[in-house]
Amino acid sequence: MAIELMKVGIISCSGEELPGGTVSRIACRKVLDDLRATETVTICLPLFIAGDQGQREFASNYPTITVDGCDKYCAKKSTELLSGTPKKYILVPEILKRHGLEAPIHRRDLNEKEKAAADVVAEEIARAVDEVLNE
Amino acid sequence: MSIKKNDVVVLPCSGIGKAYGTLARETAYELVERVRPGLAKLTCLPLLVINDPQAKQLVMNNPVITIDGCPKGCAHKSVESVGAQVAKAYQAIDFYKAHKELKPDGITELNDAGRRLAAVAAEELSQVVDALAAGEEG
Ligand code: SF4
Ligand code: SF4
Repeated sequence: MAIELMKVGIISCSGEELPGGTVSRIACRKVLDDLRATETVTICLPLFIAGDQGQREFASNYPTITVDGCDKYCAKKSTELLSGTPKKYILVPEILKRHGLEAPIHRRDLNEKEKAAADVVAEEIARAVDEVLNE
Repeated sequence: MSIKKNDVVVLPCSGIGKAYGTLARETAYELVERVRPGLAKLTCLPLLVINDPQAKQLVMNNPVITIDGCPKGCAHKSVESVGAQVAKAYQAIDFYKAHKELKPDGITELNDAGRRLAAVAAEELSQVVDALAAGEEG
């Protein structure tokens, strides 16, 4: 009998204009590809608008964590509006502040310091994944 | 007398899972930061998904170019979802089809070929940006 493992949905705001969005995207990819590769799935955020009903059911099908690059909260709000209530929501600037890290200034290519900050955010997302799975 | 030009909004999709989504974003950065700075403008696409008033105004009041990472056409559809029109819609894979020697790869970071392809594509799109800015296309 196949045992289906529960997966956690990760939705990054992916903001193109702001450095926080880039940190969000890179941190989420690290969780999806590396830190919690077998426990997580993702979806491109604008598919809530452009996709079909199945894609809009993402947050009903998976307990979901949203990650936002600034306090516009695009990932959290669009998930709430179009898919379902996220289990947890993470704000990149809040995590950086908590760890005493500077706000990133590059939106295209993060420098070494900013990449290290993205790693810290990724660790926090991974911890949130574990919490959701252990609930 | 100088003629006031339109800003041109360049919107890549917010692809997080495909190299062509990354190519779309890199091409937009090339246009906005290197090829047509000051003329081409970028905003976070997800702001349209949440119906942000400023982002909505930007795409309602200026010509918009979308660059999508796959046939789902998220950038294109997100602009239309707020009642704005897309002047020119592109799919990033077509940049590769026109330059098969430059195969993009990588999601978090594009490989060298992908970066060169983004630079070439942005140069090619610059004429479209100029025409839209001058009110000649769309
Ligand atoms: S939350 Fe902020 S950085 Fe992320 S897409 Fe929205 S405006 Fe951009
Ligand atoms: S167009 Fe494709 S790659 Fe881009 S955001 Fe939509 S689903 Fe993702």
